[in-house]
Amino acid sequence: MTHTIDTAAPGLALRPRLGAHERPGPAVPAGAEAPFASMRDAFTHTVSAALDRREDLAVVLAEISADAFAAAAAAHPDRVVNTGIREQAMVGVAGGLALAGMRPVLHSYAPFVVERPFEQLKLDLGHQGVGAVVVSIGASYDWTEGGRTHQAPGDVALINTLPGWTVHVPGHPVEAAELVADALAGTGRVYVRLSNRANALAWPTGAGFQRLREGREGVVLAVGPALDAVLAGTAGLDVTVLYAATVRPFDDAGLRAAVAATGADGARIVLVEPYLRGTSSPFVHAALEDSPHRLRALGVDRDAELRRYGTPADHDAAHGLDAAGVRRSVRDFLGG
Amino acid sequence: MCMALTDTAARRGYRDLPYLISLMTGDEKHTAAAESTLDVLWVLYDRVLRVSPGTAEDPDRDRFLLSKGHGPMAFYAVLAAKGFIGEDELPGWAGAGSRLGHHPDGRLVPGAEIGSGSLGHGLPLAVGTALGLRAQGRTARTVVLVGDGELDEGSNHEAIALAGRLGLGRLTAVAVDNASSRHGWPGGIAERFAVEGWSTATVDGRDHGALYRAFTDHPGDRPHAVVARIRPGGAR
Repeated sequence: MTHTIDTAAPGLALRPRLGAHERPGPAVPAGAEAPFASMRDAFTHTVSAALDRREDLAVVLAEISADAFAAAAAAHPDRVVNTGIREQAMVGVAGGLALAGMRPVLHSYAPFVVERPFEQLKLDLGHQGVGAVVVSIGASYDWTEGGRTHQAPGDVALINTLPGWTVHVPGHPVEAAELVADALAGTGRVYVRLSNRANALAWPTGAGFQRLREGREGVVLAVGPALDAVLAGTAGLDVTVLYAATVRPFDDAGLRAAVAATGADGARIVLVEPYLRGTSSPFVHAALEDSPHRLRALGVDRDAELRRYGTPADHDAAHGLDAAGVRRSVRDFLGG
Repeated sequence: MCMALTDTAARRGYRDLPYLISLMTGDEKHTAAAESTLDVLWVLYDRVLRVSPGTAEDPDRDRFLLSKGHGPMAFYAVLAAKGFIGEDELPGWAGAGSRLGHHPDGRLVPGAEIGSGSLGHGLPLAVGTALGLRAQGRTARTVVLVGDGELDEGSNHEAIALAGRLGLGRLTAVAVDNASSRHGWPGGIAERFAVEGWSTATVDGRDHGALYRAFTDHPGDRPHAVVARIRPGGAR
C-alpha cells in the first residue's frame, strides 16, 4: 500500500514525497484534519477525559499548563493539584499519590520536570518502587528565543540513567495522544517528551520501529520530530528509514530485521535524535552486539552550549539536524 | 492494636528498646539514649498509629514515613518490638543478606512506608500520600518524621506551604529538634509551620504523655506539626 503526498496542500509544501516502498500507512492520512492543535493539546485533552472516567488518576502541576487543566481541576479538585512553582514538591507529591494507590501524571517544561527535580524522579518514584507518567514540553529547543534556561536536550539521557522507565518521543499530536493514553493505562514509570515540532504525518504507535522506506546502503533511524528532516534529507538515497516514537524499550528486533533486510555486508546505522547526540547509541550497539556494525549518531551538540536565539530551524541547522545536515552526514558516512 | 500476637515481639516494651538496639550496636549503654527519635517512634507505634503487622498492607492503615533515614536503629528496634520484623534480623543488619540498611528501604523492610536517607524527601511524599488518601475518601492518618537539620533542605518548605494551602487535616509532621541545623531556626521550628497554616505543638521529645497529647489533641482541620525537642548530645 502506498500513499502519495499532496505537496500542493496548504502548509505542506516542504512535506517529503515518500518513495515507493513506504509502509505501513500513517495513522492520519495526508490532508485529514488533525484532531489536536498540538502535542500539548493532545496531552491535556487525553488526560482530562481520562480523569472523568478513572477515579485513581491524578494530575500534579507546577503552574505550567494549569490553564489547560482548569476545567479538570474544577471537576476534580482533589485529583488535579497545582503545587505552584514547586517542582521538587510536584514530584514528591506524585510519588506520595502513587504510594497511596493513585496513578499520578506530572508535567512541566522539560528542564523543570526532569533536570531540576532529578533526584526526586530517582528516589520519590524509582526508589519507592512506584509508577508515574511524566510529561514534558519544551523539548530540546522549542523556545529558542527563550535561551538555555528553557531548553533540555539532555532530558532523555538523564532518564536513561534510571532503571525501569519507558521513554516516548512522539512526532505528531496523534501519536502523543495514543502514547499518553497507553501510559495512563499502565502502572510503570513513563516519560513522554512532547514538542512543538511535529512531523507532517502520524505513524502507528506501540508496535516497534516503523519501516518507512527500504534501501540497501544502510539504515537511518529517525526518532520523533526528527523524522521529516530525515525523510527529506535522505530522499533519493538508497537507505532504509526506520521511525521510532518509543526509544525505551528499544526495538532491538526491529532494528536487526531492518539491518538484515538491507542485504549489506556489515551494518551501517545513522541514528538521528532530536536531543543530545548519541543518547540512544548504547541501545543500537546492544541490539547489534553480535554483528559487525558502524554507527553515526546525529543530535544536539554535546560539546558546546549554543548561545544563540533565533528560531528552532536555525538551531536545527546549527546542529546538523535539518534536512541538509542530515543529508550531508548520511552521504559522508555511507560514502566513507 | 493487635493483641493476639503470641510471639516474643508482642511482649516487648519500651524498656526493651535499648536491648534491641544493642543487637545492632553491641553497646547498650549510651547509644540507645543517643537515638533522638526513640521516644517519638515508641509513642507513635505504641499509642497513636493504627497499623500493625497484620494491617501493614491495608489501604486504610495509618502511614508513618521516616524521612530522616539516618540512624534508623531506633526505628528498627521499634519495628522489631511491634513484630513487623524479627529480632533475629537485627544483629546482622547492613550485611549482604540483610533487609536492614544504614538507611531504610521501604521496599525491603516490612512496616517501612518509604525508603529514605537523602534528606528532604519524606515531607513531599507525605503530602502526596495524604492527598491520595483524601481523594479516595479514606480517613487514615499520615505521619512523617523529619529532623531539624533536615529542614535545611528547601523541598520541605515547598511541602509545608503546599500542605497548609491544601488543608490536609490528616497529615502530621513531627520534627525531632536536637538543634543540629547548622544555621538554626530563629523564632523556632513551629513558627515555620504555623505561618503556613498548620496547627503546632512543641513538647519535650522524651515525655511520652506530652508527645501523646501533642499527636492526638489538635484541631484536625489543617495539617499538624509536632516539634519534639531533644537535648543535644543524647542526655536524658
